[in-house]
Amino acid sequence: MSSKTLTRIELSEAVYREVGLSRNESAELVETVLNHISNALINGEQVKISAFGTFSTRNKKQRIGRNPKTGTEIPITSRRVISFKASQIMKEKVAAGNK
Amino acid sequence: MIRSELVQKIAEDNPALNVADAERIVTTIFDEIISSISSGNRVELRGFGAFSVKKREARTGRNPKTGDAVSVDSKHIPFFKTGKLLRDRLNGNNDS
Repeated sequence: MSSKTLTRIELSEAVYREVGLSRNESAELVETVLNHISNALINGEQVKISAFGTFSTRNKKQRIGRNPKTGTEIPITSRRVISFKASQIMKEKVAAGNK
Repeated sequence: MIRSELVQKIAEDNPALNVADAERIVTTIFDEIISSISSGNRVELRGFGAFSVKKREARTGRNPKTGDAVSVDSKHIPFFKTGKLLRDRLNGNNDS
């Protein structure tokens, strides 16, 4: 099914086509958008993008893990993780496009 | 932070852009991600994360209220995996 991987390059190219900016400026804007989202999440904020989805952070408690190879128990320290919940619109488009 | 606040920040960062331009840029980026994964492609943004599609197999589910068995068709769902840099920054590690 999956054939191609898109990166920042394709995203900036899309911005470049859409808005009358240079390729360089378009690339910087993509970076700025990602930075704002990252910083908000690092500050513990939820990031809600209508028609796209919601990024939020969750705190995970410490738990005992196991090295799958050796079977030795090792503690997995408490950490913060990001959870992304896709919007209904995104879910529908993805479901429709990947039949 | 919601979409309009993100648009506002982009406009403030770039005095050359008005709010409508910033709005278009933000919309373009998110629409491009959606249309890519909708056609089965992956979107990988190093340091931030990757958007991909995962397949959920058909299964027999249950109506939680009545307990009746219902068949659930296989489906494709969007998935986001956090990038290493962002994951480290979330946990106060800025060395990487």
